[in-house]
Amino acid sequence: MAGWIFVITLVIALIAVYRPFGDYLYRVVTGKRNNVVERGVYRLVGVDPATEQTWGVYARSVLAFSAVSILFLFMFLRLQDKLWLSLGMPNMNSHVSWNTAVSFVSNTNWQAYAGESALGHLVQMAGLAVQNFVSAAVGIAVAVALIRGFASRGRSELGNFWVDLTRITVRVLLPVAAIAALIFMIGGVVQNLSGGTDGTTLTGAAQHITGGPVATQEAIKLLGTNGGGFYNTNSAHPFENPATWTNWIQIFLILLIPFSLPRVFGRMVGQNRQGYAIVAVMAVLAITSTALTVGFELHGAGTVPQAVGAAMEGKDVRFGIPDSAAFAAATTLTSTGAVNSFHDSYTALGGMMPMVNMMLGEAAPGGTGSGLYGLLILAIITVFVAGLMVGRTPEYLGKKIGAREMKLASSYFLITPALVLIGTAAAFATGNNSTALNVGPHGLSEVLYAFTSASNNNGSAFGGITVNTPWWDTALGLAMLLGRFLPMVLVLALAGSLARQKATPESEGTLPTHQPLFVGLVVGVTVVLVALTFLPALALGPIAEGLS
Amino acid sequence: MRLPAWLGQHLAALRALLVLTVLLGLAYPLAFVALGRVPGLDGKADGSLITVGDKTVGSSLIGQAYTDADGNPVPKYFQSRPSAAGDGYDPTATSAGNLGPESVVDTLSDDPEVASQSLLTQVCERSLAVGKLEGVDGSRPYCTPDGVGAVLAVFYRDGLTGPVTRAVSVNQTGDPFVQTYAGVTVEPAKNGEDYQALGGVITPIRGNAPSSPAVPADAVTASGSGLDPNISPAYAELQAPRIARERGFTEARVRQLIEEHTDGRALGFLGEPAVNVLQLNLALDGEQ
Repeated sequence: MAGWIFVITLVIALIAVYRPFGDYLYRVVTGKRNNVVERGVYRLVGVDPATEQTWGVYARSVLAFSAVSILFLFMFLRLQDKLWLSLGMPNMNSHVSWNTAVSFVSNTNWQAYAGESALGHLVQMAGLAVQNFVSAAVGIAVAVALIRGFASRGRSELGNFWVDLTRITVRVLLPVAAIAALIFMIGGVVQNLSGGTDGTTLTGAAQHITGGPVATQEAIKLLGTNGGGFYNTNSAHPFENPATWTNWIQIFLILLIPFSLPRVFGRMVGQNRQGYAIVAVMAVLAITSTALTVGFELHGAGTVPQAVGAAMEGKDVRFGIPDSAAFAAATTLTSTGAVNSFHDSYTALGGMMPMVNMMLGEAAPGGTGSGLYGLLILAIITVFVAGLMVGRTPEYLGKKIGAREMKLASSYFLITPALVLIGTAAAFATGNNSTALNVGPHGLSEVLYAFTSASNNNGSAFGGITVNTPWWDTALGLAMLLGRFLPMVLVLALAGSLARQKATPESEGTLPTHQPLFVGLVVGVTVVLVALTFLPALALGPIAEGLS
Repeated sequence: MRLPAWLGQHLAALRALLVLTVLLGLAYPLAFVALGRVPGLDGKADGSLITVGDKTVGSSLIGQAYTDADGNPVPKYFQSRPSAAGDGYDPTATSAGNLGPESVVDTLSDDPEVASQSLLTQVCERSLAVGKLEGVDGSRPYCTPDGVGAVLAVFYRDGLTGPVTRAVSVNQTGDPFVQTYAGVTVEPAKNGEDYQALGGVITPIRGNAPSSPAVPADAVTASGSGLDPNISPAYAELQAPRIARERGFTEARVRQLIEEHTDGRALGFLGEPAVNVLQLNLALDGEQ
């Protein structure tokens, strides 16, 4: 019962902040004035905040920033032993560095290393945590550019990437992260630059208590739906997530921005009800999925959970089963990938749900920004399908969905399934699946989970697979890179194409996109598309395991 | 001189990254490191360390193992959960067990490098050990009386159907836990043999152990963090008689201490009730 109340209070809290926080985000991305910090940044970067960019320039700015970030982070990791606060850690080898650099820049935060035994404090806070901020801001910026495409009345400019990046970082991510960091410190999350403290346990053994600037990184790890833990066990680690109530706040932070962005969408296109329709789609999918995950884990099917009497393997006592499962749902419904319990040891169906969540394209509510643009793509596909049914030219928010728009939208949808399925097949074809800890259907689940997580920029793992071999690091790095930036370019191209169109006035034949019928249609289209794509693979993995 | 557009863009990107690195990667975390020096917050920022005399004995947030040098439980202390962090409760190597719900077949071998236990056998073995330590019945469903997973590889005439032709207890090299299965004599397993590959259908056997075993769930499973500072109130209660006996306390006094170190659900609905093992054990030491 307490577990269900836990979920319900989260829903209520998110409803309560939808309007005020969404309105605040709206003012940040549409406001004309720049504050003093922002003007300082523009001057140092050398950009004119008043210049607007076409989709091509916007996309090239995104790619340039990300390319420079990957290179910078790669060098940082390779040279960490020469820098301060390395705690005597050696530099990271080249394939893990490549994987990690791509992982953090693409907002994935897949971790082929263990934080406490591979990284010093400087590279964590000035390398990885910086990307936690800016990769989230890049996602939001691209989503806002797409909305500008919808809202535009024939102008081809989509705003200025550097302005969006700076404002979202300075006015949204940094202040909220700072408040969260303070709350976490009060809860017991550590924040120091110490290399750790040597203790002697009650029975006389040595125990090295680790340190680090964890609270500040923890806050943005969740708020930016990044998910890369300071320590190997992520949000299960008591220094990252010490209390039952910090656990609630962590889930809230994960969901805060993704669930508030539809408000920005509604306001920017001038119809709040359009935002309500989008958030309703997200809520239907998210609540259903969370309830199923919690339900499967509480039920505790499977030989080992039956022998134990509960699905407690891989879960900490303070969180218990339902709050762990709720975290698992939230972290995979968004592109976060932080974990407070280990999905590999979940019941077969409970462990399938996080995978299904990621396969939903993480559009319910998805990552910061990427969730909204993912769902808007699905809405466009829905409008198109509905248009076919009644034989009319599909329109969405006064914009005609023509051949070019549909090509871009369908290519967007196809990228991740292609990466996941080709990647999984390649792992088996080359024998690299043998690094999985488990065999049989569970071994397939581990490989499938890894590629699903990487391609969707989630970053959570079925932990029982060894992924720091050169093959895995390279393959997953490519999946993360392509899974992040190809869709972004397509979204921006779509935004450019929508922006150039003049608005078509609504007619009697226009499908209203703010009513329950449309919400139901989008949910249906999403579920059918995902089921058609992934059911065969799921049937061989978790479903086979659950039935055996 | 005007730079080409693509180069200008990358230079702007580099400058943006450097500016933001200073702001987000240095100013922000270092300001909070400084804030962590504020009295009242400093203890937590440093890791909630507990010192007895002038010795650091651990952190109230980080669990530890109460075992001797050989890994055997020290009976005067409440025992923590199993841990997969290094050799147990090692904060420099945090990890979960990561074995799945159908991990039921051990790899049997004379070579300890090759041999590995399934999650089911780990659970059965821990349950038996805890049961023995606390003087209660350590049996569980799907476990053999000698504490391994009760699992048969069953061979059918036609693959998955037809009469049973052979049955092997895959986790036991000694006497099998059942004599016969579907009329066929059950054989013990041989080291190094993969019965699944030979066509055997892996069949866990429920047995007749009670469905709510005397040893609680958290006592037989590894935590997610590998550093779980807590045990369930049920596991603490199970250990109370032993602690009372070892220390010459009344059981009522031990129960009172358990209660004092139990955190209920915050606000009545957050998380689960949990007993902080280190603080409880320190309280026990403080009584003597």
